[in-house]
Amino acid sequence: MRNDTDTSLVAPRTPHREDSVPPASEHPLPRTIIQPSRGWAPLNLRELSEYKGILYFLIWRDIKVRYKQTVIGVAWAVIQPLMTMGVLAVFFGHLAKVPSDGVPYPIFAFAGLVPWTFFAYGVTQSATSLISSGQLISKVYFPRLLVPTARVLGGTPDIALSFLFLLGLCWYYGLRPSPVAMLLVPAFFVLALVTSLAVGFWLSALSAKYRDIQHAVPFLVQLGLFATPIAYPSSLVPERWRVLYGLNPMAGVVEGVRWALLGTDNPLGIAMLISAAAALTLFFTGAFFFRRMERTFADVL
Amino acid sequence: MTDSAICVENLGKRYKIPAQRPSTQPMLRDALTDAVRNAFDRFRILGRRASVSARPRHTHVWALRDVSFNVPRGQILGIVGPNGAGKSTLLKILSRITEPTEGRAEIRGRVASLLEVGTGFHPELTGRENVYLSGTFLGMKRAEIDRKFDEIIDFSGVATFIETPVKHYSSGMYVRLAFAVAAHLDPDILIIDEVLAVGDVAFQRKCLAKMEDVGRRGRTVLFVSHNMTAVTRLCERAILVAEGRIQKDGAASDVVSAYLLSSLSTTARRAWPDPGTAPGTDVARLRSVRVRTEEGTTADVVDIRRPVGLEIVFDVLQPGHILVPAFSLFTESAIVAFTTIDLDPEWRQRSRPVGRFVSTAWVPGNLLAEGTLLVSVGLAVHSPPVSHFFEANVVAFQVVDINEGDSARGDWDGNVRGVVRPLLQWTTELQLVPPDTELSPDPLLGARKYPQS
Repeated sequence: MRNDTDTSLVAPRTPHREDSVPPASEHPLPRTIIQPSRGWAPLNLRELSEYKGILYFLIWRDIKVRYKQTVIGVAWAVIQPLMTMGVLAVFFGHLAKVPSDGVPYPIFAFAGLVPWTFFAYGVTQSATSLISSGQLISKVYFPRLLVPTARVLGGTPDIALSFLFLLGLCWYYGLRPSPVAMLLVPAFFVLALVTSLAVGFWLSALSAKYRDIQHAVPFLVQLGLFATPIAYPSSLVPERWRVLYGLNPMAGVVEGVRWALLGTDNPLGIAMLISAAAALTLFFTGAFFFRRMERTFADVL
Repeated sequence: MTDSAICVENLGKRYKIPAQRPSTQPMLRDALTDAVRNAFDRFRILGRRASVSARPRHTHVWALRDVSFNVPRGQILGIVGPNGAGKSTLLKILSRITEPTEGRAEIRGRVASLLEVGTGFHPELTGRENVYLSGTFLGMKRAEIDRKFDEIIDFSGVATFIETPVKHYSSGMYVRLAFAVAAHLDPDILIIDEVLAVGDVAFQRKCLAKMEDVGRRGRTVLFVSHNMTAVTRLCERAILVAEGRIQKDGAASDVVSAYLLSSLSTTARRAWPDPGTAPGTDVARLRSVRVRTEEGTTADVVDIRRPVGLEIVFDVLQPGHILVPAFSLFTESAIVAFTTIDLDPEWRQRSRPVGRFVSTAWVPGNLLAEGTLLVSVGLAVHSPPVSHFFEANVVAFQVVDINEGDSARGDWDGNVRGVVRPLLQWTTELQLVPPDTELSPDPLLGARKYPQS
């Protein structure tokens, strides 16, 4: 007690001196106007780029934390699709004799699983990203779009690694994709990225307000696995339904990767464009929807 | 006001609170049923059946209303008020975390907000990693963190553990590191919520000193605190927010004393009805503190001439400890008037049995000066020293002088300086000599002057 009685926390105050205020700085100070917003807000890409430091650290934190205290670390990025491939190869390829467009079934499945794993990871992570970052969101300002974006981008090292593994698998099965094809694969990965972000924006914004969404996400991802040609080729889908089938952007991604890398015929054809258009539409509507919901995040999280 | 850093006009924030099931999350199901119900209501109106259906599904609460003020560049503005008054909402709006419902604010300059300790900290990451993470979230550029890194670590005093995940840190170390980052921010405007309430006293003092430094360099600071000491020391101006509105705006000392005297602030009695949350340890818990008169009534205003009792009620839960309560009295400008330690011979050097103890320290009349006094209370074992609780500023009371001529101010009704105002005995002797006679030698001085001769 006797050592503790002094709680005066501060040194005596020095009176505020007029001359201590620096002259108006040479460069004008940034001005921020705070007022209620109405209706649809612009995406404000300029602000997003101003905060790219935060995006970088959000991604870095996710990756870092994900592999802390893991024994095999990044090997998980390959093991996950590899195990799934094993199961699919046994049950669908070997037992059910599902056709695989003329390439060995394991590599057929793995080529689909690489972008799919990335998508599934991105969507599950980003859908709950706002809820799990609630503490941060209610204490500091930055564009909230960065939260789901960072979670999706956090999966890129994994897809890069499993892609390398896929190349190894190609070599093992004696497939020699042309360099041009190799350059096309990243384009399809970008489409997968856009799709993941699009779905991530929608689901994260919705789940901030309606917590039901987070229960629905694993289930939706599972449904997506069946609605995407991973275990089976989309050539199984009747021709007249393929345009509709193409509305699933991931169908376009998976068939695209196989076409570029494994040299399969692309049975989707024109539906590929539909996939791309669907992804972009989802992406932009998702981003605007997110921006609209954004203003209430700090109050509902 | 061309040189204002923050300009707030009629700011208001309304929260929607679900009327039927408070404290639950809105579910998609509700949105759907609401939509159906609304459509149905509309249909009924069309069908000319007067719809009284609308039992309100939400109630609206204004957390903040009609708030306007201006902060000139370089000013340190304190924001005081009771819990739930809207202070934090105001800071959140100005930090752009949440949007206002009405009104407008204009901010000129780079803003950094400290609304919690360790913004962006992640327990799994090391101290070093968290410095970068937190610094970035608080608005520092990477190069800036690189440059200040050594200084930050130095300030925090946790250099040895900088490569250890912060989940292994003690709470003290965690807070130190978090503040070290915050203290090195270099924004034009700094917004600080009640974050200094944690951490040990020495480190708090260090942070506040650093903040004062910040203020002196022309930074604008908005500072919410329940620590009136800090507010009066740090801020030249303060606003009092209560019930979502600004109740008073002016010199910090005026606003603080207005707040302390209003029924909004600490009162003359404070009790902890729930033993589980009462301050204390397994040995003893604080139950209540009050300011009382000789008649036994609780008083928040006392006559300067009358004794005033400081009463503490505490429960002893474990026998065998020599427990000593003590009080410290602070003036509103945070000067310690005095500390008093229990010397009751009955319990001095004697271990206490389990039970409830009520101890009262009597402050004599004509000791304290006029003004508001804040009482801190503690209970400790003196050897070896163990503090069982220490609560700062638990109760407050005001000492008033009604100028009847028998107090220490006599007939003077101007300002009387000093923390204490004892009524001292004065004696006078009228010497029967002419006024310009030489002074008679001081007897004592005389004795010293010629000791050896």
